[in-house]
Amino acid sequence: METTVQSKKLTPGKVIVDIILFLLAIFFIFPLYWIVTGSFKDRVAVNANPPVWFPTQPTLDNYQRLFDNPALLWLGNTVLMAVAAMALTCITAAMAGYVLAKKRFPGRALIFSIMICAMALPKQVILIPLLKEMSFLGLHDTLWAVILPTVGWPFGIFLMKQFSETIPGEMIEAARIDGAGEVRTFVSVVLPMVTPGIGALAIFTFINSWNDYFLQLIMLNSTKSLTISLGIAKIQAEMSNDYGLIMAGAALAAIPIIAVFLAFQKYFTQGIAMGAVKG
Amino acid sequence: MASKTKATPAAGGEVLTYNKGTFRNSALVRQQTLAAYLFLLPALFFFVLFVVVPMVMCLVTSFFDYRMGKPLTFVGLNQYIKMFQDPTFLKALVNTFILVIVAVPTVTAFSLWVSSVVYKFSAFKRSFFRCIFYLPVVTGTVAVAVVWKWMFNKYTGLINYVLSATGVIDQNISWLGDARFALGCIILILFTTSIGQPIVLYIAALGNVDPSLIDAAEVDGANNFQVFWHIKWPQIMPTTLYILVITTINTFQCYALIQLLTSGGPNHATDTIMYYIYYQAFKLNDYGYGDAMGVILAIIIAVLSAIQFKVAGSGSGD
Repeated sequence: METTVQSKKLTPGKVIVDIILFLLAIFFIFPLYWIVTGSFKDRVAVNANPPVWFPTQPTLDNYQRLFDNPALLWLGNTVLMAVAAMALTCITAAMAGYVLAKKRFPGRALIFSIMICAMALPKQVILIPLLKEMSFLGLHDTLWAVILPTVGWPFGIFLMKQFSETIPGEMIEAARIDGAGEVRTFVSVVLPMVTPGIGALAIFTFINSWNDYFLQLIMLNSTKSLTISLGIAKIQAEMSNDYGLIMAGAALAAIPIIAVFLAFQKYFTQGIAMGAVKG
Repeated sequence: MASKTKATPAAGGEVLTYNKGTFRNSALVRQQTLAAYLFLLPALFFFVLFVVVPMVMCLVTSFFDYRMGKPLTFVGLNQYIKMFQDPTFLKALVNTFILVIVAVPTVTAFSLWVSSVVYKFSAFKRSFFRCIFYLPVVTGTVAVAVVWKWMFNKYTGLINYVLSATGVIDQNISWLGDARFALGCIILILFTTSIGQPIVLYIAALGNVDPSLIDAAEVDGANNFQVFWHIKWPQIMPTTLYILVITTINTFQCYALIQLLTSGGPNHATDTIMYYIYYQAFKLNDYGYGDAMGVILAIIIAVLSAIQFKVAGSGSGD
């Protein structure tokens, strides 16, 4: 009884925890703040000591120089890549997750076990053979080389299987008795019930694909096919001390994806949590 | 009567399918199997072609001397033997283990602490903090890496300024260029980009703990620690296990931060296995050796995951 009363009071311990949490929040936001403010600083302000905490005379010079590079093309490539990876992953994973959860057929357990095992392996170690494969298929240095391996990764199937298991079997049975074929059952009964799962998977795949720097680095190399992440890494490698320019690039890469995340974060957090329900 | 049943399938439909089901069992199974595989086909196509095939190729080429512009020759286990005589690989192995040993427990414990404070907040505040801690993940490795590189810069970096202004250091430190500090800096940045997902998972898991159990324990006079240890901890064990496994896998694969911040330097002080694999395969074009190291990395991760499952499994069983 005492503890219940105590837990509602404002104790010194609670105040300290709140202060620590507040400082941590600042620590986690700060890099983003430094990117955005840095992108509006002129050359003097960027290198100033003591540092300029807030640019009082903002300049667009960094952005002008950023767009001397094909930054918009890089951004377009990134959007195209992430959207294609997202759409293909959602379609294939929703279909596969449904049958793995709701149908009994020979080979089901084996296929699912192989997928789980593959997920436990480090996906970056297959990048060397994957590059050879893409060269063989003539897809190296095209966005497909990044999209296809993203679609192949079985996490989406696993997630959609988790969601599909919540569909009551009677609903599928009822649709079948009503004379609906497999395709119609899937489209009109299954899909509406797993929409939250598809939403979660869509946003998850979009963000991961956007930020999968290593895969992009291995697969893309000509200036016209770069993504925004690769473009900024390239600018950084070429002009390592021009922090204003680099921060403008970082802002261009980060702000759109943060906006997407904030808009859909409800589905996103739900999806991550759901994916872990059964480990 | 019989013709009436046929005309109104809704009434007798269920009985009808049951009867036919026993007669045409194998035909039905065959039809169901075919439908299932048609639904699986697109996913299997991508999975087999771009995950399974490269995995098999990785294993196979690890037994071959496979370099750019040289004929493929079978070398058996030679590359595996060479690896353990390669001082740079051993250094990278040690660095990777340091990363894992420091980062995995810190990330898990810290995210559990943050989550157990945050999950009691109002929905808005909870969502706010969840977003804040997830921010470095969404921002993306490259943007995070370039801003930290600036903050760690010897001359124009914020960290040297703050530390010297507060009197902690008396001369500027080249954080990423000094073998004593570089790995620590990488661990700090890795930490900020690693806790987002565990926090989301823990907040969800703690929110699912049955509140009546907690109330009952509090009525019985249990303090906060006892409630946590006896009620919440066992219930969030599957989440903890999942977090341990994914954080271990992700930390073992730490590559992008190294490549962007230090390129493995200074003097291999920040080489990780993944970075060294990349270096051998794509800088020196020794694909076979890179694949062999990749196989070893996969084996290490598989063994560690198995141990985590075993330990966590026995812990929750008692």
